[in-house]
Amino acid sequence: MSKNILTRRGLMRTGAAAGAGLAMPTIFTGQVWSAAHSGYTNAPQGSTVTLGFNVPQTGPYADEGADELLAQQLAVEHLNGEGDGGCLNTFSSKALKGNGILGKKVQYVTGDTQTKSDAARASAKSMIEKDGAIMINGGSSSGVAVAVQGLCQEAGVIFMAGLTHANDTTGKDRKANGFRHFFNAYMSGAALAPVLAKEMGSDRRAYHLTADYNWGWTQEESIVASTEALGWETVNTVKTPLASTDFSSYITPVLNSGADVLVLNHYGGNMVNSLSNAIQFDLLSKQVNGKDFKIVVPLYSELMAAGAGENIKGVLGSMNYNWQLDNEGSKQFVKSFGEKYGKPPSNSAQTCYAQVLLYADACERAGTFNPCGVAEALEGFEFDGLGNGKTLYRAEDHQCFKDVLVVRGAENPTSAYDTLEIVEITPVDQVMYAPDHPMFGGAEAKLGECNPGA
Amino acid sequence: MDAFILQILNGLDKGSAYALIALGLTLIFGTLGVVNFAHGALFMIGAFCAVFLQRILSLSFLTVDETRTDFLGNPMKVETPYVVDWFGPELGNAIIDWSVPLAILFAIPVMVFVGFVMERGLIKHFYKRPHADQILVTFGLAIVLQEIIKYFYGANPIPTPAPRALAGAFDIGTVIGFDANTIIYPYWRMIYFAFSLIIIGGVFGFLRYTTFGMVVRAGMADRETVGMLGIDIDRRFTLMFGIAAAVAGLAGVMYTPINPPNYHMGMDFLVLSFVVVVVGGMGSLPGAVLAGFLLGILESFASTSWATSALPGINQIIIYLVAIIVLLTRPRGLMGRKGVMEE
Amino acid sequence: MLGLSSKDTALLIIVALLALLAPVLLNPFPEASAMAQFNAGYPDLMQRFVIYGIFAIGFNILFGLTGYLSFGHAAFLGVGSYAAVWMFKLLSYNVVPAILLSVVVAGLFSVLIGYISLRRSGIYFSILTLAFAQMSFALAYSVLSNPKFNLTNGETGLQVYTDDPQIFHRAGLPDLPHFFGLSMRSTYTVDMGGWSFDFNAGYYLCAIILLVAFYMSIRIFNSPFGIMLRAIKSNQQRLNYTGLNSRPYTLAAFVISGMYAGLAGGLLAAMDPLAGAERMQWTASGEVVLMTILGGAGTLIGPILGAGFIKYFENIFSKINDNVLHQWFSFMPDGAEDFLVAIVHPFVGKGWHLTLGILFMLVVIFLPGGLVEGGQRIGRFVFRRNNRKGGGLEPDAKAKQPAE
Repeated sequence: MSKNILTRRGLMRTGAAAGAGLAMPTIFTGQVWSAAHSGYTNAPQGSTVTLGFNVPQTGPYADEGADELLAQQLAVEHLNGEGDGGCLNTFSSKALKGNGILGKKVQYVTGDTQTKSDAARASAKSMIEKDGAIMINGGSSSGVAVAVQGLCQEAGVIFMAGLTHANDTTGKDRKANGFRHFFNAYMSGAALAPVLAKEMGSDRRAYHLTADYNWGWTQEESIVASTEALGWETVNTVKTPLASTDFSSYITPVLNSGADVLVLNHYGGNMVNSLSNAIQFDLLSKQVNGKDFKIVVPLYSELMAAGAGENIKGVLGSMNYNWQLDNEGSKQFVKSFGEKYGKPPSNSAQTCYAQVLLYADACERAGTFNPCGVAEALEGFEFDGLGNGKTLYRAEDHQCFKDVLVVRGAENPTSAYDTLEIVEITPVDQVMYAPDHPMFGGAEAKLGECNPGA
Repeated sequence: MDAFILQILNGLDKGSAYALIALGLTLIFGTLGVVNFAHGALFMIGAFCAVFLQRILSLSFLTVDETRTDFLGNPMKVETPYVVDWFGPELGNAIIDWSVPLAILFAIPVMVFVGFVMERGLIKHFYKRPHADQILVTFGLAIVLQEIIKYFYGANPIPTPAPRALAGAFDIGTVIGFDANTIIYPYWRMIYFAFSLIIIGGVFGFLRYTTFGMVVRAGMADRETVGMLGIDIDRRFTLMFGIAAAVAGLAGVMYTPINPPNYHMGMDFLVLSFVVVVVGGMGSLPGAVLAGFLLGILESFASTSWATSALPGINQIIIYLVAIIVLLTRPRGLMGRKGVMEE
Repeated sequence: MLGLSSKDTALLIIVALLALLAPVLLNPFPEASAMAQFNAGYPDLMQRFVIYGIFAIGFNILFGLTGYLSFGHAAFLGVGSYAAVWMFKLLSYNVVPAILLSVVVAGLFSVLIGYISLRRSGIYFSILTLAFAQMSFALAYSVLSNPKFNLTNGETGLQVYTDDPQIFHRAGLPDLPHFFGLSMRSTYTVDMGGWSFDFNAGYYLCAIILLVAFYMSIRIFNSPFGIMLRAIKSNQQRLNYTGLNSRPYTLAAFVISGMYAGLAGGLLAAMDPLAGAERMQWTASGEVVLMTILGGAGTLIGPILGAGFIKYFENIFSKINDNVLHQWFSFMPDGAEDFLVAIVHPFVGKGWHLTLGILFMLVVIFLPGGLVEGGQRIGRFVFRRNNRKGGGLEPDAKAKQPAE
């Protein structure tokens, strides 16, 4: 007979539970673990620990989810001492021994977010309630990340976000139980602006097409702010419905607006279509204000590049990670991933892989799976060797700070994998910001209390 | 003025796709009285005919290039398409380049066959069943078809560009007396518009001027009487289903250079095409075409800055708003017949 | 009993027993066994079964009785959820005012939409409701979530923040939806041998509301009002010629089913305080149509079965990955194991949509009356056998309603 309450203040009912427990017939035997015994949600019993991998498996982002899943499975292998050990060899923290986490073998369960906040929460809840998952990892949209992060906070488990780029995830919606390795819209703007100024000059006029939802707005806000700081003028910002498939009616006004740069604050299928449409209208071969017309896609991913095909040639954007990065951690990761799956990892795969390792390492260093202990171990943690170079998990907002890549669609790719080339590695200092930055919820944004659940 | 002309062009272009899909849908409604939720999937399969042909034409053999290395540091395997090997680089690459137009020829028999199998194998058994059952079974079929495509081609869009000679845009403005670079329009989109007019004209001509079409039209109006005259109307209806599938498929093939196809593109168009058909009026072919172009043009104008600044969000809801207004002022859509699907 | 015929009473008692014992019935496999993957007896999924059951019961009052096929019912579910979360934000986490308001708001919203849409019938009605729902979705997803006027919080979904007013919230109350202090997430877990059963407070709240909703739907089906609705379905024209104005009846049915949807939306928010805009999308409206037809439109129990069927696949089949498959077949020789995994692989995990699509087709092809007809066929098979021995049950007259 046991009882687990997923709320912080629900302990008031413990008395009633105990009373009911006494009245129970004795046939109810089995494992006995009370709240006092574990002290937190889903404390691992026996010799295994279960992680929950919540990624989109249906819908437009299914391929990205599949890639994240591959990386997470690879991470589990490495944690359990199988395969070549991957980044355990290069990780600056040496707490992980390849014998699972805290001596417990790592198991995982998977779920489908469908890239919908509702479905993602249902899936995460089933992992927590049914499978006893101690942490949730993955995802490929900011709406889902914020929704699942809120759930994990309530349930008392750790959430390691996958691909989520909106400022809000670690801004106004930051949570004590949630952690983000991926970079964000502000960093994209800060990293891109100097490169844009260098390549295109500082007296450009920009026209923004923005996906009309939360991520799009923070992306537009960030890029507008950082380019205007360098002297650019913003001609117009136009919101496009998420459901749009044909962007022609948004592209045609661009040429006659006097703008000479088009910024596409789109992601996934939206970006593939809007960029393809812009190229169809021959924008890149035009001259406006005596300058060559340019297109910028602030957030790139390998899959979007593949979907847009040749249209990305010469188009600038930013990324969290690229397999062509030349450091020890990256080389090791690309080798492990490539030899197992026959292709280089995408940047969302790298984030999910790193997040699993970071979580496991934090458990080892904390000596417990208790989310509060793990969170404390992650806060302010500085590390290297996971592929991005030197990285800091900032304590104030649980955001990772590391170098940001500015990339460009390659003119002459030699294979399907080097369609993007690294233009610049923007050092972390340039993309730093204060935890109470106005774009991140200002002074009101609070992590809140860490919640261990039971 | 230039902005106005451009949005008209955009609207006609969007409307072409809507009209083609709605035309096929109405053919099926009108002839067979079946609510076909798998019609979007037919559009998608058409698009993947182009993808399939592109993949077939670029089938390659591998040679190892010792001078270069792949991402793991091993010698790079270079892919050479067989057609390039057979016909030389010039002709070979040109064949691959023209895979989308070639796919039209490939898609017609494939789509007619798909439509035929669908009608004989499944839809036929649902003529007498309630519309609710038809919706459920065709929706199930649509899911199955798109999941099969996803299994083979993944969820990511697949670039299928237009031939290089037809890529790029034409400066219409200079022809009709505007400054250069004010009214430019992509060649392929103009081709798409022209193509849709040809298909629409073809379907109308076929129904109007051939005996076969006449019988089908008679069957649409009164199936029983035509049957009593000793005409095997069922066989003709089966063929009409094949034609409707081919129209949807060709709309899909031609759409691929405009937006890279993905497995759920059919679902994206499904709801919209139903709205188009109903706004046009159930059972009316001219209504479907008219409504397609009308909604395309309205949608284009609603997305201009002045429209969205006057009414924020109008670009998100315009199609549905128009549908509501039309249905409230004209009970059976623009050109609907009385009694069709009103029960 | 309760003004029901003995048959309906029996049905209600069966549903009550199923609902109350669900935590045990849905966990038939021991936790450690490989089949535990198929257990559905965890709180979140049980809540979803029941809530979508309510949604489908309500939808069936409109569609099953009058034949009006609404393609926009998810809009009412969505506004119900938003209303409930707003009550959490403004008043407190107590679920009672939230659920009440969600029903009221959805009711008002359905009066508005129903009044306009019911001016047309057939597919024109369907498209009108679809258009309203899609407009609601588009507005909720982006337009009504701009920073100046944030009603819905857009893509992320409306949620409760610590700086919300919550004027009746006191220290000592749970920081999550609760019923006068009883947290919706408090769960008794009973371990019994290898089994583990979760008895969840939120689930039982939903289950009790489901029983009330189900009872009301039986009463509506059997009332003169229900008979009038059936008359509208069988021949509206004839009804109009008799001098009866049928629209007040259809509007009443529309509003009742809209309120059921709002209730379901409010309960969804009460179980998990987040309201996402996708709840209003046409796919969500389509889902309830599928649930109702799949289970058996016009039957009392069908919609609940259909809802359970679809939610089960969404939540259970999507979680079966290759790792799990290998565990299942691990007793086989290696080659056979890999072969079987390869065969099953496309149908589970990321392929759960495929399985669902195939099952839709199979059910509607072979069981025109939905799952209820499947049950009836089995029943009749058993009955025929019993009959030979003399005696047996009458076939369920209620369930003989035609499917449309």
